[in-house]
Amino acid sequence: MDNEDADLILLDRVEKVFEVRRRTGFLRAERRQVRAVDSLSFSVRRGEMVGYIGPNGAGKSTTVKMLTGILTPSGGRLRVAGIDPSRERTRLARRIGVVFGQRTTLWWDLPLIDSYRLMHRMYRIPDGRYRENLDRCVELLDLGDLLDVPVRQLSLGQRMRGDIAAALLHDPEVLYLDEPTIGLDVISKARVREFLRDLNAERGTTVLLTTHDLTDIEQLCRRVMVIDHGRLVYDGSPAGLHEVGESERTLVVDLERELPPIEAEPARVVKVEGPRQWLAFPASESAAPLVARIAARYPLVDLSVREPDIEAVISRMYAGRAVS
Amino acid sequence: MVSPARNGTRPVERGPADAVWAPQGRYEQVREGLRAYRMIAAMWIRSTMAYRASFAMTAFGNFAATALDFAAILLMFSQVDRLGGYSLPEVAFLYGVSGTAFGFADLAFGSMDRLGRRVRDGTLDTLLVRPAPVLAQVAADRFALRRLGRITQGLLVLGYAVAVLDVSWTPLKVLMIPLMLLSGGVIFAAVFVGGAAFQFVAQDASEVQNSFTYGGSTLLQYPPTVFATELLRGVTFVFPIAFVNWLPALYVLGRPYPLDLPTWVAFAPPLVAAVCCVPAGLAWRAGLRSYRSTGS
Repeated sequence: MDNEDADLILLDRVEKVFEVRRRTGFLRAERRQVRAVDSLSFSVRRGEMVGYIGPNGAGKSTTVKMLTGILTPSGGRLRVAGIDPSRERTRLARRIGVVFGQRTTLWWDLPLIDSYRLMHRMYRIPDGRYRENLDRCVELLDLGDLLDVPVRQLSLGQRMRGDIAAALLHDPEVLYLDEPTIGLDVISKARVREFLRDLNAERGTTVLLTTHDLTDIEQLCRRVMVIDHGRLVYDGSPAGLHEVGESERTLVVDLERELPPIEAEPARVVKVEGPRQWLAFPASESAAPLVARIAARYPLVDLSVREPDIEAVISRMYAGRAVS
Repeated sequence: MVSPARNGTRPVERGPADAVWAPQGRYEQVREGLRAYRMIAAMWIRSTMAYRASFAMTAFGNFAATALDFAAILLMFSQVDRLGGYSLPEVAFLYGVSGTAFGFADLAFGSMDRLGRRVRDGTLDTLLVRPAPVLAQVAADRFALRRLGRITQGLLVLGYAVAVLDVSWTPLKVLMIPLMLLSGGVIFAAVFVGGAAFQFVAQDASEVQNSFTYGGSTLLQYPPTVFATELLRGVTFVFPIAFVNWLPALYVLGRPYPLDLPTWVAFAPPLVAAVCCVPAGLAWRAGLRSYRSTGS
């Protein structure tokens, strides 16, 4: 089963230890070792679309940086498409695509199309292939009107779409996305997700996605890995994550006036602030019947449903594990 | 731990583009670097040429700003006939050689002082995921032809000096001029690269780098005789920018050597330039390696 070709990404007890120096006095510094990634092992097969999540500082970005060859691991074995990323960084670069949500890989002061032209030559993409990929990205990501606009003038959502296109012009086998929907509006998020879903389904591109937005995972991935303190704490389906973490969604209800806490099973009121009340209910339950019941008995002005955030799910996962 | 739910996978169809081309060895790497440099620089030139008026103005500004340096020297000579025993054409010769050589290095590597900022804000990572040597990408970033202003100004002063200098020109002395410009450019380039490498460690060090690059070139615009012996020793043996113009120029001008150096040192610049590239290259590699082991 374990053949190198099927496992496009392979980590075997990978470690990354940073030495952090903290100044404790004039010219005196204390050295401390921080284990950002601790004996991490997993594999991703060709064509998978995997969510990679964890709280801030859990080691997500460090893992992605090692997978792209930016950082050199301190120990263990790591292969992407059979290549050791830290030793053959430039060879690997032709076979992977990377999108950093917070930082653009595009040339900031130049029109979008100039960045693409440069990628075309830098990656030695055959002309036909380049045209075909560019046309496809322009159409699906709706970049037509943006090609002549300098990157710095693009909105965050536009820039993200531009970045995703740039990462795909050379037909990478793996696409790493670091927070691809962070800061995007609802429409941009939906467009990016749809594009990624199609990319994975039609081209079979392997996608590894880090995110803070559980909706990304639920809508895109059949597999999710959770990392915390540099260790893999969960590897399975997104649905299983909610079961393990017993996560809850929150219903925020605005009533016409101040009222005693709403009673509506299975939800329970967790906070009351004037006419506004917060109700928690299991993420596995549908919100619709709950809303209907409340609307029938209480004078509703407005309401919204908040998805559980990853930090909460993970902290519950630990709490749940401690009990069982 | 739950076992992973796996997608139904389909092999990626890959065509002839997959004969993935990979650079092998040092020579290939240099060639790849030059190729990337050329491409990125060409893109920046095209983009600045889209605004020709703006380009013309900034290039003239660059020219004028550097010309002020020389105006200061002219001002001094309006009061005195000699500076450290050197006449105006002789000082102009030193100035022209140093300014032009520095201009070459500044044109090719001047963007490298932005490296510290790239390390700080993490944008260096975006260069590391591209299939081209990082040094070439950093050096070619924001390639600015307006820096030709400095070279033009240096060459004009040099031209003036050559025209009025009272020197009996021999073929060897004539040959010395391109030799100095080229070797000097390489020596300054090594300083740029070494300075950038230092910024991997100290990210706010761009001013330190500037004091060596811009400071060094300004130093060389004056005759060596106006400086203290310790400084001369320093720039000859430790931080060898004396080989950019002082030592070879003294041969052209037929002047005595400082520090009792033998005459043959006048012909050492190409050798010194080549030797300078070694520590600069090593420092760069060490810097990049330390970045890749620690991150930002």
